Amino acid sequence: MSCGGTPGSELSASMWLHRRDFTLDVELDVAPGEVLAVLGPNGAGKSTMLGVLAGLLRPEQGRVRLGNRTLTDTAAGVQVPPHRRGVGLLAQQALLFPHLSALANVAFGPQAVGASRRDAERTAQALLDDVDAGELAQRKPAELSGGQAQRVALARALAPRPDLLLLDEPLSALDVDVAPAMRSLLRRVVRDDKQTAVLVTHQVLDALVLADRVIVVSGGSVVEQGPTREVLTRPRSAFAARIAGLNLIPGTACAEGLRTSDGVLVSGRRTGPVQPGEPVVAVFPPAAVAVYRAAPEGSPRNVVEVVLTALEPHGDVLRLRAGPPPGRPGWSDGLAADVTPAAVADLAAEPGSVLWFAVKAAEVMIHLAVR
Amino acid sequence: MIAPPAERRHGAARLDRHIVPVALPRLLWVPAVLGFALIALPVVGLVVRSDLVRIPELVTSDGALAALELSLRTAVISTLLCLVFGGPLAAVLARSAARGLRLVRPVVLLPLVLPPVVGGLALLYTLGRTGFAGEVLHLWLGVTVPFTTAAVVLAQTFVSMPFLVVSLEGALRTAGERYETVAATLGAAPGTVFRRVTLPLVLPGLGSGLVLAFARSLGEFGATVAFAGSLQGTTRTLPLLIYQEREVDVDGAIALALVLVVVAVVVIAVARPRAAEGLR
Repeated sequence: MSCGGTPGSELSASMWLHRRDFTLDVELDVAPGEVLAVLGPNGAGKSTMLGVLAGLLRPEQGRVRLGNRTLTDTAAGVQVPPHRRGVGLLAQQALLFPHLSALANVAFGPQAVGASRRDAERTAQALLDDVDAGELAQRKPAELSGGQAQRVALARALAPRPDLLLLDEPLSALDVDVAPAMRSLLRRVVRDDKQTAVLVTHQVLDALVLADRVIVVSGGSVVEQGPTREVLTRPRSAFAARIAGLNLIPGTACAEGLRTSDGVLVSGRRTGPVQPGEPVVAVFPPAAVAVYRAAPEGSPRNVVEVVLTALEPHGDVLRLRAGPPPGRPGWSDGLAADVTPAAVADLAAEPGSVLWFAVKAAEVMIHLAVR
Repeated sequence: MIAPPAERRHGAARLDRHIVPVALPRLLWVPAVLGFALIALPVVGLVVRSDLVRIPELVTSDGALAALELSLRTAVISTLLCLVFGGPLAAVLARSAARGLRLVRPVVLLPLVLPPVVGGLALLYTLGRTGFAGEVLHLWLGVTVPFTTAAVVLAQTFVSMPFLVVSLEGALRTAGERYETVAATLGAAPGTVFRRVTLPLVLPGLGSGLVLAFARSLGEFGATVAFAGSLQGTTRTLPLLIYQEREVDVDGAIALALVLVVVAVVVIAVARPRAAEGLR
């Protein structure tokens, strides 16, 4: 694995493969030292993508190049086995070898590629110190907490100095009180040390903290990509909007803003040049939505009749989830409004209630939709 | 996080007197005790019936010592053969995706359900001088297998191999391939993965498989008698000697039987707790 040299090789990959319930068809490029986050709903093909990069899955068609090495090329019949790829993997579960101490777990990789035991253990101890687990070196995995085990697993994944590190939801199995520490540790040893990495996650926070760029995968293909901040503040797909915690209404551009498929006008501010008739999306935060029991009269330009479907706690406010009234198109499905518990009590709202969501045009951003 | 091994968790629960066990229906105790008695009482019966005074003299006779030595020697060799051939067979069954393996497993299990005498006859008509394989061996290499010590070893290996294959394959499947995948992404070649990850993880299962195979070899009777006969010093193992003595000298047979009981108890005691509890 030491063949690649510096941790920070460029990755370019394209893959096409058919799985039971979806067809994965993606291309991705990661610059040296860059962290790419892959966001997407469950079953979108994110883990399959990592499997191809790690050499655990063979795509029907595809190429994977890392630095100046070709790891997979179906046209040329190249499929480098996992152990010769220089691609490390940190998964949801730490999967430390249960019969080895933490130190021996971390030393495993360097030893497997030929380092002497002494050198491997010296490297391992340094890495353990680096992930704040130095004092755990002699413990067996059964004697480690979930967060400790994941820190050791991170050190183990970094030990062979991989050219590319794959992070498969590395925080999702951790308790909420240890995940933040692990997240900042990942930021330090992965992002700040310029380790080229692909991070699969469904947590928008992980992407914000760790990733330079984001791609959003849905149904096996990339529906959105760009710099993290841009994708999450100006989502153009329903999934990206949902993970970013924003409301999104699709439609076509018109002079005042956006018109939905059933002719409802949504006024808002355009974020760039848009021609009338082009597909656009209106995006606004749930906190900008005011809720009424009857159709309001007043300044808000955008008023939508909805049926309340759910009430969820969200920080110290309540998030009202709405759906379309019976017989109406589904574009209002999943719209959210954040209101205080007192306001909910005043509204006497419960699932099934008919409500009116209102939002000022100034709060609504309208931008070009995907494709 | 990785769950601690089942047996350790189990042990901890047993030690912790604060834990309130989920009620076991009391009715289960009756058949459980009867079942235990069915296993334990005959051993007691054997001890009670034995002539303790004559035991030292009976078990140190030339015939008895020769049989005991032959039994231990052949059982060790056949256990090694089980390891050398059954180990890889279990690995293939547990890990390979090759087609047709579904048909291989029932064949491997055949000796478990086949009456041993039938197994012995099958060996005889395959490796005997007129059997298709035996004829080749005899004509080309001048080797005759039946009624030799080699035949004893083969008969024991035939009946014991499935015990090792079953427990090792189970251990391999329980260990799963996740650790092996991780090891590969760390740069370990298949040989290194097998030696440093797979093998240590299945060691308890392998241990219990070896103990079972050794015990089964030691007690082998039917296949040996059919395939190897009962020639003192060559093929007359302890079980065969006991059966023969039973007709002439009951006290001698019982004394020798007790020797087998002691050997079996020692084997289980040495292998416990890890290997024997791996059976669960």
